[in-house]
Amino acid sequence: MIARSALLLVLLIALAGQAIAAEREIFDFAYLMREGDPAYAQHRAYTGLSLRDRQRPLEGARLGIRDSKIIGRALGYRFDLREETLAEGASALARIEALSAEGVRIFLLDLPLVEVVELARALVTRDLLLFNIRHPDDGLRGGDCAPVLFHTLPSRAMLMDGLAQFLLKKNWRKVLVLEGQSAADKTLSTAFQAAARKFGLKIAAVRSFVLSNDPRQRDQTNLPILTSGVGYDVVFLADSLGEVGRYLPYNTKDPRPVVGSEGLTPAAWHWTWERYGAPQLNQRFDRRAGRRMTGEDWAAWAAVKVVVEALSRTKNRDVPTLRRYLRGDQLTFDNYKGMAGSFRPWNNQLRQAILLHTHNAVIARAPLEGFLHKTNTLDSLGFDKSETSCVMP
Amino acid sequence: MPALVLLAGLLSADGAAAKGTGLVFVSNEKSSTITVLDANDQVLKTMETCARPRGMHFSQDRTAFYVACADDSMIAIYDVASQELLGRIINVAKPETFDLHPNGRHLYISNEEDATATLFDLETGEQLAEFETGEEPEGVQITSDGRLVFVASEAANLVHVIDTETQDVIKDILVDTRPRRFALTPGDKELWVSTELAGIVDIIDVATLTIVGDVTFLPTGFRKEQVTPVDVLITKDGARAYVALGRANRVAVVDVKQRKVLDYILVGKRAWGLALTNDERKLYVANGLSDDVSIIDTDSLKVITSVPAGLVPYGILIDDR
Repeated sequence: MIARSALLLVLLIALAGQAIAAEREIFDFAYLMREGDPAYAQHRAYTGLSLRDRQRPLEGARLGIRDSKIIGRALGYRFDLREETLAEGASALARIEALSAEGVRIFLLDLPLVEVVELARALVTRDLLLFNIRHPDDGLRGGDCAPVLFHTLPSRAMLMDGLAQFLLKKNWRKVLVLEGQSAADKTLSTAFQAAARKFGLKIAAVRSFVLSNDPRQRDQTNLPILTSGVGYDVVFLADSLGEVGRYLPYNTKDPRPVVGSEGLTPAAWHWTWERYGAPQLNQRFDRRAGRRMTGEDWAAWAAVKVVVEALSRTKNRDVPTLRRYLRGDQLTFDNYKGMAGSFRPWNNQLRQAILLHTHNAVIARAPLEGFLHKTNTLDSLGFDKSETSCVMP
Repeated sequence: MPALVLLAGLLSADGAAAKGTGLVFVSNEKSSTITVLDANDQVLKTMETCARPRGMHFSQDRTAFYVACADDSMIAIYDVASQELLGRIINVAKPETFDLHPNGRHLYISNEEDATATLFDLETGEQLAEFETGEEPEGVQITSDGRLVFVASEAANLVHVIDTETQDVIKDILVDTRPRRFALTPGDKELWVSTELAGIVDIIDVATLTIVGDVTFLPTGFRKEQVTPVDVLITKDGARAYVALGRANRVAVVDVKQRKVLDYILVGKRAWGLALTNDERKLYVANGLSDDVSIIDTDSLKVITSVPAGLVPYGILIDDR
């Protein structure tokens, strides 16, 4: 009896020490990734030299969970991240179904594009929230869109529109486009040319380059030759490998700046962004991950945070309520880029500013001053309601 | 290592007779300097200080002032009259800002990067308590009776309420997006908290710790997202509030009782820090992105002059009482 009341006393003291730590409900997020995903293979340009290595944005999601700990205390939730690695050949759909049977509703997809498209198609109107945190693909926001799929990473169109706004603002209207041979290079080049048309820039010429030292292909390998014989204010470079592009600045025939894959690049995030609380987010990330925060890290972080924001405003964890809130006009998501984020209801794309950065500075934030829109200036970037090819059932 | 490093006799208890030097101190977070203005608002000097100085506060007897330096993790203590360094409290994890308890001895500090608030003893330099907050704690406000401490957590959209007696966080109040700074109405009835991204001030009833109202800011021709309120001040009679509107480059003048905006005053770029003179006839505004201070005549509600400061001015102290 004495022992019991002593124990009770200890318990009471322990409880008093945590005045507001009541019982908390578990709220799981799942992060799906695939083993041996080629996107994260090392891309060696030459022995010992890696130019474009990508990191899984898993650390971004982890930070989102960590950043939500105390808001969880206030809401009565304990947020957790289920880190789910799929073996090669294992079905992502089956894993989602299994997790869903356990009550998981929120899924961050770090999977190849074709798998994301398949999942969106298979789960199209299910009461789940899938987040694309890695693909800027415009088709995913267009013909391949689905009510179940949300995008926190900006689309390629948004990125290119941000860059085009900058060129127009600088009055660098004549653009020489240099593109590589890969499908990714062509996609990037096409997206830029669409943005250039949208904002009235002139394409002086589109030229393709090859990675070679073959003297017979000089017109496609020699950078001064590739950049001569035509007048232009600026060069747009589409080079997803980076091996040719890194030699382009200072090698153009005329003294002209380079944008696109080198020089000034549009992105969701940059580690040198120093406004709107960004240094704090960057430092938190750097401290825990031991590397610099990328656009994809930011998108994974944002997916967790935006769900927590919806949860804290609706006080309701059921998916239809969360989805309605996310797609509604009440959402003001603090995304550390200074303009509150919200989702475009026509394609579930997170509205956000685009950062135009060099290797060590953010030069501008788009939308640039003067680019207006009748409802939200952020919609001057990417596909507007009237332009979307997404049909939401 | 001692937590408090004393360089000279600290905090003389007798204190100089109240009147003040008329000096104005502006902390510049990017140049790690303090700009000192004389009573005529002329730049007297620029002094080097510790790294990334932000929040500042006078000591109880107003003979000294404290400066929170995030990048040096310390609170520096300066003599008001001579601006000599009197001492420093070290091992304060990345302080952003702080408030002084009415007992004159306890500093409640927001530690931005640690997601904590800490309590330090000014006499011993020791940390007495630590409180877990949401990410990026910023504004700290202690009630005039010293009973409650409010800490705003920018990234969690929460106002944490600390009971100074039990040393517990007794409530997390969910407010609008990105809460920054506080002001209390006379008698500690209402707590005003600016929410930067929502573009409003939430009003919390201190007795019940619930939101009872708000004030929205939207100067003519602005969109909601361009208005980002940060610092808030309420006059001693509780009639008027001043709110620095950040990116809107304006200060709002608010009728506190009606909760209604009376006017918007154009100032420099990204207005954050505010300070009023003792007679409340002049309002100083730190403009973070134009590196200057606007000085407003509160009768005419016009800017009388603006004075250059260092890089990214943050906080302002006026020694005029």
